Amino acid sequence: MSILGTRVVRKEDPKFLTVGGTYVDDVRDPRLEGAARATFVRSTMAHARISSIDVTEAQAAPGVIAVLTGADLGLAPLPPSIPLLNQSMVRPLLADGTVRFVGEPVALVLSEDGPSGEDAAELVFVDYEPLQAVVDPEDAVRDEVVLHGEAGTNLAMEMDFGSDPDLFEGCEVVVSQRVVNQRVAGAPLEVRAGAAAWGEDGRCTYWCSTQAPQASRDTIQTALGLEPGTVHLIAPDVGGGFGAKIGCSAEDIVVAWAARHLGRPVRWVETRTENMTNMGHGRAQIQRLTIGGRRDGTVEAYRLELLQDTGAYPAMGGILPYLTRTMSAGVYAFPKVECNLRSVATNTAPTVAYRGAGRPEATAAGERAMDLFAAEIGMDPAEVRRKNLIPTDAFPYTTAVGTTYDIGDYTGALDRALEASGYEQLRAEQARRRQEGGRVAVGIGISIYVEVTAGPTAGGEHGRVVVNADGTATVYTGTSPHGQGHVTSWSMIVSDRLGIPMDDIQVVHGDTDLIPNGVGTFGSRSLQLGGTAVHEAAGKVLDVARGLAGDLLEANPDDVVLDAQSGRFHVRGTPAVSKTWVEVAAAAGEGGLDVETEFTAESPTFPFGAHVAVVEVDLDTGKVTLVRMITVDDAGRLLNPLLVEGQRHGGIAQGVAQALLEEIVYDADGNPVTSNFADYAFVSACELPSFELVAMETPTPVNPMGAKGIGESGTIGSTPAVQSAVVDALAHLGVRHVDMPATSERVWRAISAVANGSAA
Amino acid sequence: MQVSMTVNGGAQVHEVEPRTLLVHHIREALGLTGTNVGCDTSSCGACTVHLDGEAVKSCTVLAVQADGSEITTIEGMATAEGLHPMQRAFQEQHGLQCGFCTPGMVMAAVSLLDEIPTPTEAQVREGLEGNLCRCTGYHNIVRAVLAASGQALDDPVSVGGAGA
Repeated sequence: MSILGTRVVRKEDPKFLTVGGTYVDDVRDPRLEGAARATFVRSTMAHARISSIDVTEAQAAPGVIAVLTGADLGLAPLPPSIPLLNQSMVRPLLADGTVRFVGEPVALVLSEDGPSGEDAAELVFVDYEPLQAVVDPEDAVRDEVVLHGEAGTNLAMEMDFGSDPDLFEGCEVVVSQRVVNQRVAGAPLEVRAGAAAWGEDGRCTYWCSTQAPQASRDTIQTALGLEPGTVHLIAPDVGGGFGAKIGCSAEDIVVAWAARHLGRPVRWVETRTENMTNMGHGRAQIQRLTIGGRRDGTVEAYRLELLQDTGAYPAMGGILPYLTRTMSAGVYAFPKVECNLRSVATNTAPTVAYRGAGRPEATAAGERAMDLFAAEIGMDPAEVRRKNLIPTDAFPYTTAVGTTYDIGDYTGALDRALEASGYEQLRAEQARRRQEGGRVAVGIGISIYVEVTAGPTAGGEHGRVVVNADGTATVYTGTSPHGQGHVTSWSMIVSDRLGIPMDDIQVVHGDTDLIPNGVGTFGSRSLQLGGTAVHEAAGKVLDVARGLAGDLLEANPDDVVLDAQSGRFHVRGTPAVSKTWVEVAAAAGEGGLDVETEFTAESPTFPFGAHVAVVEVDLDTGKVTLVRMITVDDAGRLLNPLLVEGQRHGGIAQGVAQALLEEIVYDADGNPVTSNFADYAFVSACELPSFELVAMETPTPVNPMGAKGIGESGTIGSTPAVQSAVVDALAHLGVRHVDMPATSERVWRAISAVANGSAA
Repeated sequence: MQVSMTVNGGAQVHEVEPRTLLVHHIREALGLTGTNVGCDTSSCGACTVHLDGEAVKSCTVLAVQADGSEITTIEGMATAEGLHPMQRAFQEQHGLQCGFCTPGMVMAAVSLLDEIPTPTEAQVREGLEGNLCRCTGYHNIVRAVLAASGQALDDPVSVGGAGA
């Protein structure tokens, strides 16, 4: 029986469970002996001109080696790495005269140890001339305060695909709503960290907490003006990323520079407060949606206008509304969809990818629209959805915004979710409670989603499989894990193809000298691209091996088969005479069983699913309790259900957290209000139920594994289901919308507003 | 100042600065990097160790306060016979992903079962409130703790079947 599709526990776990992972700050490498510590002095102002920086006192403090500013650095500022973003909005590595968000690096203290650096950083005197800060994107778009003088505007990107003034002409019902998809933090448990050591060969070894080692290497090389191949980047164990660690930080570049400047290795690890105010945030999108259709529940047109907050220096977050647009039609066969978008700079931390990255925003908007439409026409939200779903026999299907979905069965997903939740009974219970007039209301929320993984366009990834002389295998992968379980998954793939035991397979990742080509782990791409590359490389190794085994067995290679159970080659029908991998490897000679592949998919894949959330809302206090969470998440053919469930659980929890708890808040002057885990409502075990997972597998035709991504689906489906449940609990009071997070205060205010007749 | 403590069964005597936190002492002076630092507000629990048999966040204790104490870190949990039952349950139930919170989570979970040998799910969730995990959604961590307490678990996935 094949190991594929079975619940294999992780090979990598014993280390994490007995001595802990080796994260950047845990690396004990001789090259880092005697390393200086880097501490950044950070802006305390959201928007200000720096009139002077006095480092005299800090420089003289005990344990301080050097205090450096942007002038010392002498490096060019970085334009946004994505060409579609306004290239005039450049980011200095250390502030060059103007600071644009609280926490922006202003100076660097290099010290003998961490505490001396922290003490000395307090002694750097920065004289700021405050400028008016602009924090709200709806203010920023008016350009009354402009962050980047060179750009002359705060607009980092605009995509206008046209707008039909008669889009809703003839609709019996039209509903509009402004929706805030709030700013949240990725908040991986490991903060950002780096370590740099320059060798006598003129090369820099850089340890980096990153999801994308090769891109991080390239960024450092480019920023420092180095020849390709100068930087050897190592991503050791990485303590979570969630999109915020795609690529390296400005700080990483400065640390690599500082190590060369000092002629001494340098280590850096930020504090949680630095992480929460500096590492990019996610979401931060204001949406205006309009939906129109007939009273029988048929939607005829949908418009979504997006205003994305890029923060002070446009980065990945600035482009994400394009992914929102890509998925704006969702699971529905809407005949007309319009989605235009703008991204605008504000005096806040830059926005980047966060689990889902543009697609959760699309689903949240679309599902909110369906609920509003259903409420307006007085139809059950499940029925309105069902009526508008793309039919199961319509795939491949191209939506009204031009996105082509590979395969789907949205009705099947909805049916499974409703059945598993006992939807009819839940509605009956809700009606009973409403009739009794109790003060704890029940709400039921539904979301049906489709998302894009390994997208938005076709992607590729690197894989290499080597069978060694002792019959073991070594796998080199261009994707680099941070909790996903690549070591186990890739071992399963190779073991299945080559009949080599799991324990005899080593998986190497995150080292750019060993794996110069590769992209990384993000966008739910790893298994379908990186896994397929490994699958294909293993297949090619097998082809070579069968040829060699044919020679050894004096048979035609076409007649040679590998018994995957025993790992032996024999002529079909005569298993008594066989050759082992050791024998075949000996025949192959050094490097004879070593195949590299670059797998490129023809298109992305489109996982889908349906979630049902059940909440209880205390109508006196506004407190929301998530009681049940039922999810169908179809990721195609599953390699390892145990790992897939883990991805679903984590995604669901983060999605729930956005709906109910988490929000990065700035005050009107741009001061962060949620700058650590005491202030930021990071979801804990107490706020969550156990999740009820329902199985569904619809393999994609896009890759030979039939696999779609699963890393982000849970997040994409759960947020709107939970938000919908909160609004549903209050529907009988006349509440039509509550923005996220649905905190007690916000829910209580929504209840009070309808009670006072002031709005919903 | 000189501090002496027993760490994972061995005597450790070191000179420390009075302001040194126990977690930094464990990581830097003792070289035990399994214990992690995840925040600066004692919120995350990644630094949880056992101090005289009870779970503490080692970022809330000065090294000098632990003078004369017995400390157990994640490195002290497995024995020659193999993994501690809690470590084994975490692996079997897939209660870890990136692994950063894991040492602290395991130490907190062991302490929880010392106090409540057969907890309900709600008691497990409440008992682990001070330990944050970003990867697992806590679902499989809760299952691991329940399994380690000897309780039977529900099936991880319900219903089933292929799509279109």
